[in-house]
Amino acid sequence: MSPPLLEVAGLEAGYDDALIVRGADLVAEREQIVAIVGPNGAGKSTLLKAIYGLIRPRGGSVRFEGEDVTGSRPDRLTKRGMNLVPQTENVFPTLTVAENLHVGSIVLPRAEREAEIARIFQLFPLLADRRRQRAGSLSGGQRKLVALGRALVTRPRLLLLDEPSAGLSPIAIDLVFEKLVEIRSLGIAVVMVEQNARRALALADVGYVLDTGRNAYTGPGRQLLDDPRVVELYLGGSSTIASSSTSTSTPSGMNPAT
Amino acid sequence: MNAILEVEDVVRTFGAVRAVDGATFVVEEHSVTGLIGPNGAGKSTLFATIAGSLKLTSGRIVFDGRRIDRTPEYRVARAGVVRTYQAARVLTRMSVLDNVLLASTGHSGESLLGVVLRPRGWRNHEQRARARAFELLALVGLDAHRHAYAGTLSGGQRKLLDLARVLMLEPSLVLLDEPMAGVAPALRVELLEHILAVRRDRGITFLIVEHDLDFVMQAADRVVVMNEGRVLTVGTPAEVRANEQVVDAYLGTAH
Repeated sequence: MSPPLLEVAGLEAGYDDALIVRGADLVAEREQIVAIVGPNGAGKSTLLKAIYGLIRPRGGSVRFEGEDVTGSRPDRLTKRGMNLVPQTENVFPTLTVAENLHVGSIVLPRAEREAEIARIFQLFPLLADRRRQRAGSLSGGQRKLVALGRALVTRPRLLLLDEPSAGLSPIAIDLVFEKLVEIRSLGIAVVMVEQNARRALALADVGYVLDTGRNAYTGPGRQLLDDPRVVELYLGGSSTIASSSTSTSTPSGMNPAT
Repeated sequence: MNAILEVEDVVRTFGAVRAVDGATFVVEEHSVTGLIGPNGAGKSTLFATIAGSLKLTSGRIVFDGRRIDRTPEYRVARAGVVRTYQAARVLTRMSVLDNVLLASTGHSGESLLGVVLRPRGWRNHEQRARARAFELLALVGLDAHRHAYAGTLSGGQRKLLDLARVLMLEPSLVLLDEPMAGVAPALRVELLEHILAVRRDRGITFLIVEHDLDFVMQAADRVVVMNEGRVLTVGTPAEVRANEQVVDAYLGTAH
C-alpha cells in the first residue's frame, strides 16, 4: 500500500512563547476533501501554516507522499505538489485575472504555462469571461476563484485552503464549495480550515475537530455533523474550566466561589 | 432587577460595513453578563462604543439613567464605567503596587498649589490610596507580589493587576475585554473566582466579552449572543446553549 498523500503526526507549532498547535495528527488521502474545524483559537490556521512551512514546526512531522517535508520552505512544497490559498490577500488586485494566473504559473517550465492557464480557464469559465479584468474589481466570490486558480495552476496534488468561505456571501460560498467538489474529481486532495463548520463537514470526506491545539474528534464529515459533542465543544458544555486546568487550588486569601 | 446599562438600537458603521447593526439589550445591576458571538459578530465594536472609545453612528447608550453615548471615554470612566483591554496594560518597569497607585484619581498632589497649600491633605490622600491599593491587591491575590516589577508577572497575573487597577477607580460597571485571553489554564479558575468575589463583595456589575465559552457559561448569569451586528438572543447560559439559532450562528448551517 502506498503511503498517504499527507500525514501529519504530533505536530507542534506556535508564535513566540505561545504554543498553539500541541501535537495534532492528520491524514489526507488522494481525492479526499478534509475539513479542519473547531472553536476560535483551536489552532486550525496555525496547523495549516505549519504544514505549509509558513511557520516552523517545533515538534512532530509532516510527510508528503511518504517523504519527510517537516519545516520545508513553501516554495519548495509548491514545487513538490502542495499549494496553499491564504484567507486574505490571495490575489494581486492591480493585476488582471490572466496576469494573476501567470504569476502563479512561474513555478512551471515556461513551455507548459500557457496550456496550464488554459486548463484553469476551462475549469472556471466565469474567470475566462473576465480574464482582462483587474482582480481587484471582482466580487468576493470571483476573487476567491482567482485565488483558487492561481494555486491550481501549479498542478498541485494537495490544495490547502485557509477559510475559503470567509467574508463571502451565501451565494458565493455555494459557488466556491461546488468548485471544491469539482477539484476533488480532478484527483486533487483538499485540506481546508473552515469556520462554517457545518458547511465544511457536510462536504468533507473526513473531518477533524480541533480543540486547544489537539485533535478532539475525527470521523467522516457527515458523522461529525450530527455529533452533539461537537456542538458542546463550540458552545461550552458540561466540562468545567477547572477540568482543563492543572491546579484547582484556592487563591490565597480567598474563599472558593460556590 | 434594575437595568444599570441600556443599549438601544446601536448602530456603528465602518464605510459600507455595518459592524453593529441595531443592537439592543440591557445589563442588570450586580449581574455578570457575558457578550458572545462568532467572529465578526460586532462584539468588540459594541464594547468600544459602550466604553466611549468609539463613537456610535446612531442609537442610545444609557448608564444609570444618563446617556453616555456622546461622552468622551475619560468621562464615561469617571461616571463609573471602566474597561480593560484584551492585552493587559501594565507598566512593566514599575512595581505592582505603584501600578495600582497610579490609577488613583483626584490626587491633591497633582497640582503644585495642592502640594504647597495642603501638604496634609496630600499625605492623607496618599495614605488612603495606599491602604486601598493594599486591600485591592489582597482581593485579587497579588499581595505577595506587591513590590515585584509588574514586568515579572505572568499573563494571568497581569490580568489580575489590571482588575485591581480598574477597581481603584471605584467603578459600578466593569467591562472586561477577553479576560481569559493569554491566561494559563491553571490561573483561569482563580481569575473567575476573583471576578465572582468582587461582584459579591462590592456589588460591581460585569459585562464580559470572551471567546472562551466554557468560562462565560460558568461566570455569567445572563448571556447576550450577537450575530451579524445584532442581538440574536439573551438568556441564561443553559437557555443560550439550547438555542438552535445560537448553534447555527457558531457552527454555520449545512444547508
